[in-house]
Amino acid sequence: MSKTVVENKEPFVRIAKRTDISSSKALLIRFVAVLLALITGGILVFTLGHNPIAVYADILTGSFATKTARAETIKIAVPLLGAAIAIAPAFKMKFWNIGAEGQIMAGAIAASYFALFQYDSMPKVVLLISMGIAAFVAGGLWGMIPAVFKAKWGTNETLFTLMLNYIILGVEKYLQNGPWKSPASSFPKIAMFEKIARLPKVFGVHIGWIFVIIMVFAMFIYLRYCKQGYEISVVGESERTAKYAGMDVHKIIIRTMFISGAIAGFVGFILVSGSDYTLTESTAGGVGFTAITVAWLAKLNPFVMVIIAFILAILDKGSNTIQTNFKIPASASEVLTGIILFFMLGCEFFINYRLIFRSKNGGEKQ
Amino acid sequence: MSITSAIELKNITKKFGNVIANSNVSLTVNCGEILALLGENGSGKTTLMNMLSGIYFPDSGTISVDGREVTIRSPKDAFNLGIGMVHQHFKLVDVFTAAENIVLGLTGKSKLNRKTIADEVTKISQKYGFVLDPNRKIYDMSVSEKQTAEIIKVLYRGANILILDEPTAVLTPQETNKLFEVLRNMKKDGKAIIIITHKLNEVMDISDKVAVLRKGEYIDTVNTNETNPQQLTDMMVGHAVSLNIDRPKSEKLSKRLEIKNVSCISDEGLSVLDKVSFTAFGGEILGVAGIAGSGQRELCEAIAGLQHLKEGSILYHSGEDGHENVDDLVGKNPMDIRQMGISLAFVPEDRLGMGLVADMGMVDNMMLRSYRRGKSAFVDRRLPKKLAEEVRGKLKVVTPGINTPVRQLSGGNVQKVLLGREIASAPTVIMAAYPVRGLDINSSYTIYNLLNQQKSKGVAVIYIGEDLDVLLELCDRILVLCGGKVSGIVDGRTATKEQIGLMMTQIAEEGETVNE
Repeated sequence: MSKTVVENKEPFVRIAKRTDISSSKALLIRFVAVLLALITGGILVFTLGHNPIAVYADILTGSFATKTARAETIKIAVPLLGAAIAIAPAFKMKFWNIGAEGQIMAGAIAASYFALFQYDSMPKVVLLISMGIAAFVAGGLWGMIPAVFKAKWGTNETLFTLMLNYIILGVEKYLQNGPWKSPASSFPKIAMFEKIARLPKVFGVHIGWIFVIIMVFAMFIYLRYCKQGYEISVVGESERTAKYAGMDVHKIIIRTMFISGAIAGFVGFILVSGSDYTLTESTAGGVGFTAITVAWLAKLNPFVMVIIAFILAILDKGSNTIQTNFKIPASASEVLTGIILFFMLGCEFFINYRLIFRSKNGGEKQ
Repeated sequence: MSITSAIELKNITKKFGNVIANSNVSLTVNCGEILALLGENGSGKTTLMNMLSGIYFPDSGTISVDGREVTIRSPKDAFNLGIGMVHQHFKLVDVFTAAENIVLGLTGKSKLNRKTIADEVTKISQKYGFVLDPNRKIYDMSVSEKQTAEIIKVLYRGANILILDEPTAVLTPQETNKLFEVLRNMKKDGKAIIIITHKLNEVMDISDKVAVLRKGEYIDTVNTNETNPQQLTDMMVGHAVSLNIDRPKSEKLSKRLEIKNVSCISDEGLSVLDKVSFTAFGGEILGVAGIAGSGQRELCEAIAGLQHLKEGSILYHSGEDGHENVDDLVGKNPMDIRQMGISLAFVPEDRLGMGLVADMGMVDNMMLRSYRRGKSAFVDRRLPKKLAEEVRGKLKVVTPGINTPVRQLSGGNVQKVLLGREIASAPTVIMAAYPVRGLDINSSYTIYNLLNQQKSKGVAVIYIGEDLDVLLELCDRILVLCGGKVSGIVDGRTATKEQIGLMMTQIAEEGETVNE
């Protein structure tokens, strides 16, 4: 048998979990990460032949300078924030709901049913409320399916929620090509909503932003001060502890996923009734996935989510601007967004772990 | 000596933080020899073997294989040196067949030739007397077959030194006999085998030499044919040490819990509690002794309403003189029990994974079992906050603040938080599983005092312990468990350490007849 010669040395680098880290140090690490991201992005912009500072400035002015720009940015941020709020209770429970995208779509479809077929049978307020409730319930039920399977048979919620996204997308495509297809159009598309089924505007942006702000406060209170929020935290930390405390773990999982899905469904209602005025297969448009980043970066704190959602909205809106102003290709501005996200997520590693190098005592990086 | 040893450990020391898991351990195993590694729970057996298999790296000391000094930095190094470990918890891929698991992770041709592998597996099986169908999926296998697959896996990789971590813990007596047959065949073939166990009868049966560890210290190695269970028990438990723990006289005993013929089956289908019967009285501390995994956890969880019973009854007696009231707790969950007005405190073994929420502070942990109080949808943190302050003051919990996550507290302080909460619920029964494990001396005495106080208040205290010295000085009566059965109940004031040690390990005579 061949034996490898083994050096008499301990491993070159070891990774150790930090037990605790002061919040100021964690903040410093995050700040350094953002700085590094901006520098790296700047290098990219520079190699493309542009002045990085001008480009960064343009991202900001492009998303804030005019009233329309501000409204656009807010319009991007609202569903992102709403979906992040939706994910929060599930993630707090360590139930990895990757299905907000599908739950948004389920809500959007339910709301669209009322907008398309019931618009002439009730007054505007009643119609909008019906759309909201339908979206809420539909999203909630769609979110409950994986929860029931997880509680009863221990299925993997990540795969389950992910796959459900494609099923509901298929349902939408079927409706678009068949029963709900607009007779006025030769393309397979759904008709625009009547005015009565559209959300009113407040300060130039659809009223959805007010709903989302209410949701931020409500979710914060729910998670922090409600008995149910407490149960979610305990189940997320350890199911054994929850059972020990006499909690009905299955019930809590199912209930929480209903809430998570319902809020996502409501975001679907805001999208169809507030910004798109119709239902398309890109109604959710990846919001459900980007929201995971928002929720995660905010450590599930609803107020921090507001900031993160805005940063992402600014990057999104700003990259459109630099695309037109500097002729920087769309893909390059997406790379820029990617770089910033990469650094922000990557720095979490250095907050949770430290590297110990051989023969140096407690050497740390970044 | 003319024979070179297959493996030799010299002065191995390993620390985890302040805890010394192994201190100056030296062992030698020759080819064609079976060494049993004996020791109580927490004596450092598994840590030591993990260093041989490359999972941990020793702080100091040397390891030699075939007379050459080596460094084992990873499981791969261990495997290259011919060391194979069969872990207590199997590391198999459920949806693969036995053969696929066996070649998993091996380098070789990119194309798998399943037939040659199956042939080779069968050859190994026949050589040592295993029975295993290489084409069966792991999820279709019984625990014993999975273990066989694990053993063949290490043999297939050319292991000459086999380490088996408590291989018999999951086996029925018949399966154990079969395993030992195989081990003897391997020994004839010149393999060096280390078997970790704490069943004395098995040690006497299978091994050539016995090495004993106690609390991380290496005690001695003796030849099996020159020793007897009594001597091994003495080595394992050590001499009685006086600890001067208070034991107030019990006053006014009242029948509190009556356990009758309780049996439990584990998820693997093994019997973990077998017709356990005893009575716990208010006003006394009933100790429960036993080797780790003899059914202590299941017993506590059964009483707490967390374990499904196969049979038996758990009767709770309440009421004073004459107004005797009896409730059966079987089939009730912790919620039901509380709603029946029974305050049953349970300090589980797994403090941060079960008794407390590690990421929450003292306040949020205080309300874990009482957060439902009141009709409001919101939690009321005023009472828990007051309680947290109280526990912190009375039990001298050292914490930066009552909202600091309890995972940041030391083991002793974590235990004070847990016990403080449970005592605050004014219980009539307290079950404490290994409440002083990992605690320093002062904290341990605090815990003993707290339990004694409860005892004088008339609470029925059930103390699951591992340190026999403590059990003998603290408890009024000691129930000894062995393999899920009660091997006896002794008086804590008159029993000796040796007597209990023997009761913990010997159930061999009955063991042969037990099936399922």
